[in-house]
Amino acid sequence: MAIDVRIPTILRQYTGGAKSVPGTGDTIADLLADLDTRHPGLRGRLITESGDLHRFVNVYVNDEDVRFLGALDAKLNDGDSVTILPAVAGGAPAVTPGGTGR
Amino acid sequence: MARFDNLLEASGGTPLVGLPRLSPSPQVRLWAKLEDRNPTGSVKDRAALFMVRAAEESGALRTGDTILEPTSGNTGIALAMVAKVRGYRLVCVMPENVSGERIQLLRMYGAEIIFSPAQGGSNAAVAMARQIAVEHPDWVLLYQYGNEANARAHYETTGPELLRDLPTLTHFVAGLGTTGTLMGTGRYLREKNPQVQIIAAEPRYGELVYGLRNIDEGYVPELYDASVLNRRFSVGTRDAVLRTRQLVEVEGLFAGFSTGAVAHAALAVAHEAHKAGQRADVAFLAADGGWKYLSTGAYGGTLAEAETALEGQLWA
Repeated sequence: MAIDVRIPTILRQYTGGAKSVPGTGDTIADLLADLDTRHPGLRGRLITESGDLHRFVNVYVNDEDVRFLGALDAKLNDGDSVTILPAVAGGAPAVTPGGTGR
Repeated sequence: MARFDNLLEASGGTPLVGLPRLSPSPQVRLWAKLEDRNPTGSVKDRAALFMVRAAEESGALRTGDTILEPTSGNTGIALAMVAKVRGYRLVCVMPENVSGERIQLLRMYGAEIIFSPAQGGSNAAVAMARQIAVEHPDWVLLYQYGNEANARAHYETTGPELLRDLPTLTHFVAGLGTTGTLMGTGRYLREKNPQVQIIAAEPRYGELVYGLRNIDEGYVPELYDASVLNRRFSVGTRDAVLRTRQLVEVEGLFAGFSTGAVAHAALAVAHEAHKAGQRADVAFLAADGGWKYLSTGAYGGTLAEAETALEGQLWA
């Protein structure tokens, strides 16, 4: 009874450097709570104070984005693969985008 | 009508072709919209043309001006062509880990390139472009990630073309980068048919590309509106290469690796529909051809070798 959870480089400080760790749970919320018992602090990096998934974190179950599967309530089954990734393709806001100049 | 007054006018109007051998059944059909038939060989010609026209109309861009854009390749190539035709100078900010063909093409069109570090991928290119924009306030940053004309290009052209050619369309699948293609096409198709399924296929790169220092350095393009999408898939390098090769082998379609990623998601939803006994017309967008990626070597050898060849590259 295990779900394989792939951890991105920037969060491996919580998993002792492990690229993937096993976890259990019927939903993403359960799984993150389970992971936090062995990898304290990990859940806090993924969930905001208001209890939602962090805007710059994407979580996938079997390659599908959980935000379209019920977010933290997304159902999990034994043998599922969960991938956590940071959202990319941008940078530090410095100017208002879209036709500057003049 | 296949006659045009100039090259810019020849963008869009791309063919939608059936893929009968890859389709699960005559009731569940796959279709590819071939965006390599645009003037510079990619879907980005549509966005480049619309963004430049919008900036001209607003008065932000005048003949002889300099356009600045962060791009991993195709948008830069498209903008370089439009800039050439319309009389602008183009400066591209591009990650140093893109394929050599893209750099050669940009230089051939006369564009200037500023390289951003491979680590951080497109994030670093965007951050650097924004910094350069501050230093050169007279340069015009079109900014494809947040420019409404990018999405509007697809709302006004790609969406209507799809529905005209395939009125029975049930699913539309495309790659997720700036999100412009999916936002514009998705909104148009949803307005015409609230039941349509809009599906994103996002490339999942090697770890190098995700080399952020912390989560707060992450970024979601300003154009992105999750409510337009029904589902979103992350497609790894191996699956993208596998499907890219399958498109050539089974259907004779030579496409770039991002198209392989999109085909992977399209096949997944097509087979789901087939299993559920539903009728479906699944159209996906083939963003470019494979020519610019031959130097990666990933079209030959084993899948594992291809995966290694593409490791650390922005293949979409």
